[in-house]
Amino acid sequence: MSSRELSLSIRNGVAIGVSDIPKLTIGEFRDSVIDGVADGGRIAALFGRPVGERVGLVAVLAHHGSGTLSLCSAEVGDPYPSLTPDCPQAHWFERELAEQWNVQPQGHPWLKPIRFHRSYRNDQAARVGSNANGILPSVTDFFQVRGEEVHEVAVGPVHAGIIEPGHFRFQCHGEQVLHLKVSLGYQHRGVEHALINGPTKRTIHYMETLAGDTSVGHATAYCEAVEALAGSRVPARAQVLRGVALELERLANHTGDLGALAGDIGYLPTAAYCGRIRGDFLNLTALICGNRFGRGLIRPGGVAFDVDDDRVAQLLQRLEAALTDVTTAVRLLWETPSVPARFEATGLVSRADCEALGLVGPVARACGVERDVRQEFPSGIFRFAQIPVSTWQSGDVFARAYVRWLEIQRSVAFIREQLAMLHGAPTRVEVGPLAANRLVVSLVEGWRGEICHVAVTNVSGRFAHYKVVDPSFHNWMGLAIALRGQQISDFPLCNKSFNLSYCGHDL
Amino acid sequence: MLRALLARLQQGHRTISFPHGEPSLPDRFRGLPVVDQAKCRDGCRACAEVCPTDAIAADEHGVRIDLGRCLFCTECRDACPDGAMQYTAEYRLAQRTRDDLVLTGETLKRAQALGAESRRLFGRSLKLRQVSAGGCNGCESDVNVLNTVVFDLGRFGIQFVASPRHADGLLITGPVTENMQLALHKTYDAVPSPKLVIAVGACAISGGPYRDHVEVHNGADSVVPVDLYVPGCPPHPLTILDGLLRLLGRIT
Repeated sequence: MSSRELSLSIRNGVAIGVSDIPKLTIGEFRDSVIDGVADGGRIAALFGRPVGERVGLVAVLAHHGSGTLSLCSAEVGDPYPSLTPDCPQAHWFERELAEQWNVQPQGHPWLKPIRFHRSYRNDQAARVGSNANGILPSVTDFFQVRGEEVHEVAVGPVHAGIIEPGHFRFQCHGEQVLHLKVSLGYQHRGVEHALINGPTKRTIHYMETLAGDTSVGHATAYCEAVEALAGSRVPARAQVLRGVALELERLANHTGDLGALAGDIGYLPTAAYCGRIRGDFLNLTALICGNRFGRGLIRPGGVAFDVDDDRVAQLLQRLEAALTDVTTAVRLLWETPSVPARFEATGLVSRADCEALGLVGPVARACGVERDVRQEFPSGIFRFAQIPVSTWQSGDVFARAYVRWLEIQRSVAFIREQLAMLHGAPTRVEVGPLAANRLVVSLVEGWRGEICHVAVTNVSGRFAHYKVVDPSFHNWMGLAIALRGQQISDFPLCNKSFNLSYCGHDL
Repeated sequence: MLRALLARLQQGHRTISFPHGEPSLPDRFRGLPVVDQAKCRDGCRACAEVCPTDAIAADEHGVRIDLGRCLFCTECRDACPDGAMQYTAEYRLAQRTRDDLVLTGETLKRAQALGAESRRLFGRSLKLRQVSAGGCNGCESDVNVLNTVVFDLGRFGIQFVASPRHADGLLITGPVTENMQLALHKTYDAVPSPKLVIAVGACAISGGPYRDHVEVHNGADSVVPVDLYVPGCPPHPLTILDGLLRLLGRIT
């Protein structure tokens, strides 16, 4: 039986009946996912949800060629045969599954908690790696290298800069990093658990603070999910403004990242300029809605703020000024020989590793992989206005920086074009009750990469389950791979070139 | 080198004159919320009911807003049938005590400076260690932005340092997750006394949208004593800077 027959093919942002998802045996489920990935699919989500006493597994594969998503499900008791040995992409997902639902993926090569919380089923301490006295973050067994002159460096959770907490454990031989283990969970706030039985008046605020620098991205993914479940049609003007806000978010973060990369190698002109220009882009979002992060802008049914002609003119004028400034600042990076010398061949991720791990976003595009939700699984305005996919081949810090620069230019072009032809129309419609027993997968290309939300409604149209996959969830393992064979002093540079979210991962 | 100099010339001087002159804020900026009691209808609880964090209490004494819980979202303003709820451009919101954050209709106080002895110690040089304890990276970003040339925090003698042992205090963001509680305690203990604690953002003050989740501790003052509360979700960088400078007696 081919993998296609074992799964249901759907589109981004189109709701289907929960009962339409093929229910497979665990053997068929494994085959479906493993064969699907071998055929070029990628795991966008793999999660569990309670089905009576058992756990229902649901897999969502993204097929980049056809722009379709395939779904399949299976019920498991405990334990079940792990997918990871045959499909490394499942590695992190299965660790999450084991922790959340207290099931044992048998044969998983490295089963440990990822967030250090009690399981949702039976309210037990996750068995994997926790000690009997409770759950302490990062108290688990770490991969260790032994030998003469091998030493271990532990960093975090409280870091030197103003950043979020995480724990990093390096196995080093002299300056050389043999392996990096990333241990997260410090930011775990229980978001997914709190989303059950929603939407409530807090739901949109969870979305806007899942990863605060991606407020627009996550809020858009959520809104597109509920709109699909309610059968609402979002007005074109609102879709344009959502697209503009999403690209402004990308501009601000990419600019900030280029500045921070310059700072990490001690090239201060670009660091100083980009730190400031990032704020100019944030202030454009504030010009639309009053908040620099776009809080309060994206709402189910459309957007909560409109722009008149004067405001559009002001936006365009300030956008051009910011583009001029960022162009001068970023060109210095490519034209100052000591900068590429530090960026090139640092933090390498091969294309093969990128494909095997299912990395997303600028990180994947910097490995030469054309992977962009806006192009392949477009929703909203991106169905009508396409942004070319920006790629670079070298897979190093330089590529990750250069892809950001390409994307900055293309996002500006997109905003310029969209604002110039903004039509008069309503900006928001009422969203009715959500349909019962439906499931929707909502993908949005956030600035870090693919944001995936999967919403499942119960018989009364409330959320029976809500799964959030932040792009960081896919990419943290990529950072660990990029560090192999690097000097430990290059960790800040490599880390910044990924700039992953801790809270988006920890939820 | 010539290119770098030309770029420098093009970028120009961008540091704002704050605290002198009027700061430039977007016209839709959501600062201090105010209730027009004349328009407010008795017995109407529309604003209180839609508030995601229950920051609003509406009863016979009128409408009270707890800025420590407020996300400065638009729900209450949009729900008010009489247009009595509005946001103003007032960005100076920081307070020294939790109670002062509860708006009861009178004008909002401004944060008082530290005592003379503390001002002597910290007034001209304040080193802070930042701890994100479940923050979403919103508050962290707008704290970080104070280090840019726009705000140029260094000109006020305030600096973020890498180690708590080099610090005079902590600046805490996030609701204090269960998983960060121990690390926050240890970081606090590592700061030499006397020390200051500044809680930035709705999460660090009250838990924000995560209030009462079993995974969080409803803010920094559940774990350590707090000297300055800066409300917002996230607070505008100027709100944070204004709070810091008032605490040090640099603005009165």
